[in-house]
Amino acid sequence: MEAVRFDNVKFSYREDGGEFAVNGVTLSIEEGQFVAVLGRNGSGKSTLAKLINALLVPGSGTVSVFGMNTADDKKTFEIRKSAGMVFQNPDNQTVASIVEDDVAFGPENIGVPRKEIGERIDFALRAVGMEAFRNATPSRLSGGQKQRIAIAGVLAIRPKIMILDESTAMLDPRGRREVMEVIKKLNREQGMTVLLITHFMEEALQADRAVVMHRGEVVMDGTPEEIFARSEELETYNLTLPRAAYICKQLQAAGLPVANAFTAKELAEEICKSLQKG
Amino acid sequence: MQIVAKGLTYVYNPKSPFAGKALSGVDLTIDEGEFFGIIGHTGSGKSTFVQHLNALLRLTGGSLKVGEYDLADKKCNFLELRSKVGMVFQYPEYQLFAETVEQDVAFGLKNFRKDLDKDGVQAAVKEALETVGLDWQQVKDVSPFELSGGQKRRVAIAGVIVTKPEILILDEPAAGLDPLGKQELMQLLHSIHGGWCKTIVIVSHDMDEIAENCTRAAVFSAGKVVMCGTPAEIFSRSGELISLGLDIPVTAKCANILKQHGYVVDTDFTCDDFVKKVLALRGKEAAHAE
Repeated sequence: MEAVRFDNVKFSYREDGGEFAVNGVTLSIEEGQFVAVLGRNGSGKSTLAKLINALLVPGSGTVSVFGMNTADDKKTFEIRKSAGMVFQNPDNQTVASIVEDDVAFGPENIGVPRKEIGERIDFALRAVGMEAFRNATPSRLSGGQKQRIAIAGVLAIRPKIMILDESTAMLDPRGRREVMEVIKKLNREQGMTVLLITHFMEEALQADRAVVMHRGEVVMDGTPEEIFARSEELETYNLTLPRAAYICKQLQAAGLPVANAFTAKELAEEICKSLQKG
Repeated sequence: MQIVAKGLTYVYNPKSPFAGKALSGVDLTIDEGEFFGIIGHTGSGKSTFVQHLNALLRLTGGSLKVGEYDLADKKCNFLELRSKVGMVFQYPEYQLFAETVEQDVAFGLKNFRKDLDKDGVQAAVKEALETVGLDWQQVKDVSPFELSGGQKRRVAIAGVIVTKPEILILDEPAAGLDPLGKQELMQLLHSIHGGWCKTIVIVSHDMDEIAENCTRAAVFSAGKVVMCGTPAEIFSRSGELISLGLDIPVTAKCANILKQHGYVVDTDFTCDDFVKKVLALRGKEAAHAE
């Protein structure tokens, strides 16, 4: 089933309608896909994300989420229940002083019966591996833990789509790994549709599909491997390769017969093969 | 100015139920002219340490000297010290506050240099903005909040370097920027390093960044320095780093796997050197085969 559909969508933050932040995007995302969105700061990634859950409504064109048009006021509530969003700064997303109250905030607001809220908190905290912190104070948790609580808060609404807008940018490497593990697990085990906006090319490699945005337009779309194999084109959009892929390209340019590699492990294996050949 | 810390300790919220030891005996020397990296996971004490360097945190135990300034001495001229040791915090753009870029950048300078007249301030602000790669004429009267993320960060850095500090400390300067923004920022730091700014100290979680840019680095863990040396020395002990919960550069990950297959890449872990050494290895293998 199609989870998200953009049809020639344009959006401008300016009242006179100039300078489109999103400029004629047509895009379809299937349910269960894990899509990474790449692009420079100001390329329109966050605007694209906000158009999905009706935080923004297109100036022209249509956005639909599971067939519901985001411009239809009557559907806004239903759309926001289907598409949850996690932002960059964990401290800006905490509303309560106890973890379980924080996770309960969403379901309470959409009128979930009390008994079921308890079940949803259990489910959400288990999904992010934070059940032991149910009665903890969010402000005393690490960045990675706080971000997992923010994800739990979204999960408790039982969305079908999870949108993460640079949600790992402020975390240390350990926190980043924790959050990425949770996202991958949700996608794999529960079929959650994931849209991950990121500046970390290594994170994009873990997605099924990568979409590159430039000046409000979708300029590249394919598997991460396909995208990173087109390095010259990426460069024109001011993006870089994952570091292992960059090293691989240098080796290829120097005449070492190695196939395209994107991770340290793949690169090491390729180098081994080429050295064994002599 | 050389930075010398001996047995530095620091306790947060002393004599309260929340008392916590952030530093427990830090010994570290950073020489003039270094591009020094500080590594360690959240809570390892690295930010507490750097906040001592310009006396944002006062010494509670041990000794710390920055050039001639003895930070344990209550009579130390802290104002002068702070104009010579600039500190750029994490996400410094959150600290922008003034109505125009020019006023924002001038704020610190006016507080440090009461002797400067209007023209002197303007000239210094212009120079600082141009150093960080912004067009003074274009941005001076603009509200800092109207700029893009990368530009805001540059304005915030200009507000610190406007006093031309001899030592510049930056806490995760490239965090949150896109890949090209990160590269541009590191280039900016290298361009000021070696001129009036003699020493740069960066706190970073990005091991590739440390490997590519730093002369030496120190690894913090549980309030202590557990490793200190060149990136080549530090990343050749990658097993220890991983057991501390830290990352290692891609080049080190790759070299480790190659080592398991019997190929030793003797690299300093920068990309360029790694490529060179792998190619040299191929030359050796080829000669061997013949």
